[in-house]
Amino acid sequence: MRTSTPPAASTVEFSSYSQAFGHRTVLTDVDLTVPAGELLVILGPSGCGKSTLLRSAAGLGAPTSGNVLLDGEAVTGGDERTAFAFQEPRLLPWRTLEKNTEIGLPRGTAKDAARTEVARLLNLVGLTGRGGLRPREVSGGMAQRVSLARALARRPGVLLLDEPFGALDALTRLQMQDLLLTIHQEQPTTVLLVTHDVDEAVHIADRIVVLGPASGTADAPATVVRDIRLDEPRPRDRGSAGLAHVRADLLSALGIDTGARGSRTRAEGPAHVS
Amino acid sequence: MSAVDEGTGSGLRTAGSHDRSPNRTPSPTGTSGTDLLSRRLVQVVLGAILPLCLLGAWQILSGTGAFSFVQLPPPAAVATAGADLIARGELWTHIGISVQRVLLGFIAGGALGIVLGSAVGLSRFAHAVSAPLIGAFRAVPSLAWVPLLLLWIGIGEDSKVTLIAIGAFFPVYTTVASSLRHVDVQLVEAARTFGYSGLRLLLTVQLPAVVPSVFSGLRLALAQAWLFLVAAELLASSMGLGYLLTDSQNNGRTDRLLLAIILLAVLGKVTDALLGLVETRALKRWTA
Repeated sequence: MRTSTPPAASTVEFSSYSQAFGHRTVLTDVDLTVPAGELLVILGPSGCGKSTLLRSAAGLGAPTSGNVLLDGEAVTGGDERTAFAFQEPRLLPWRTLEKNTEIGLPRGTAKDAARTEVARLLNLVGLTGRGGLRPREVSGGMAQRVSLARALARRPGVLLLDEPFGALDALTRLQMQDLLLTIHQEQPTTVLLVTHDVDEAVHIADRIVVLGPASGTADAPATVVRDIRLDEPRPRDRGSAGLAHVRADLLSALGIDTGARGSRTRAEGPAHVS
Repeated sequence: MSAVDEGTGSGLRTAGSHDRSPNRTPSPTGTSGTDLLSRRLVQVVLGAILPLCLLGAWQILSGTGAFSFVQLPPPAAVATAGADLIARGELWTHIGISVQRVLLGFIAGGALGIVLGSAVGLSRFAHAVSAPLIGAFRAVPSLAWVPLLLLWIGIGEDSKVTLIAIGAFFPVYTTVASSLRHVDVQLVEAARTFGYSGLRLLLTVQLPAVVPSVFSGLRLALAQAWLFLVAAELLASSMGLGYLLTDSQNNGRTDRLLLAIILLAVLGKVTDALLGLVETRALKRWTA
């Protein structure tokens, strides 16, 4: 049961976006529109500027040129329409899981409403009854669930996830990916998720963009080099042959030679490259 | 320092109980209680050995005739001097006014230390503007302030409390400012993405994160407050333990002088222990 009306998902738009740090241009000519409610995965090699792009969507650091718009309006620092979850849970160690989740609530939430909402969110991320624990008393996976709950508490139009499952063990990572899909179904906000895990991208994404060097040289500024829509229905079979075809294409976009493309691409699954 | 004593003491205790735990897993629960009790008793006994030796040596030395009564009166004479001051109703006045001055100065200086330390620790602008000046003030020896404070504020309570506040301010200011600069940037950034900034960020993330260093600063400040109390009372006062020191010196009352020193030791230790109790509770609340 919801305590207030569900938040409207926002459209995110990067237009002629570039970002430089000092003399080094990291990202250039990024034009990307993410429709409301889409689950977009941003893939790319380390250091290519994935996190920078995500941080710009939260208004953390203005772009050097171009615009970042949420529903047509420029983002502001700590924008109320966005919520961020990081690779590390970043929970306040002296607060209980409940109190940590409360951090995400919009300012001025009434006490009763806050309690109900926090309980609902902890329930949503599978931590019913654990709210009284402190972060050091729970596993990394559980802490990361709280980080998600805290982000959702903001009722964001856009949920920004910066490699949220990257530090987790393999099994927990798979569980968290399914949890994210459940959450997205329950609370269908726009999601921008950064990862370098191709399998993760293929399992959860509505759409995948790959960032890579804009020109031939490896240290050139990055831009969107692939934009792939996945129409394969969920739940997806992690071993699906149709997805293998996408996976191979993504790996090649990332500069990795799979050596198995010929045999895998024969699959004619519903996934297609657009 | 007493803080260090207690730290190592409890450290030894925990280390000891960890060493034993594998052996006593199957033993009845009752033993661990009595074990702890006896250990605490052992600690009290061990801690009392040196003071008792000192008292004994004092008694013997004062009885040998090597020192005159004025140089070293026996312990009993000091006790009598205390009883005498109590009978005249003066002792509680001296203690009361000194404790009052220390507490007022400690609270004022500590609070100011937290506020200015926060500003300088959080804002690079505030740091650039005020850190050099505050550093220079810090270098001024405490007694150098006394003539100026007397001239400006007068001989009353205000000048004494101000001097004590100056003494209490610096340890808190320094620890708060430097520890705030090292608060986990990831936690701060996370809070910022949730719209926390300014005072709200300070109270939610930054100050709670530095609670342990704030308390070590506060304990140093309390010790400084007692130090500055004596400086303030030595010079211009008609009441208080510092006054009792000078007055006894002028009248050759070494018994009262020793009494004042013992009282300062006991009061310093007691107030520090009380602050230590608050610290323990605060650390439980504010650390993982």
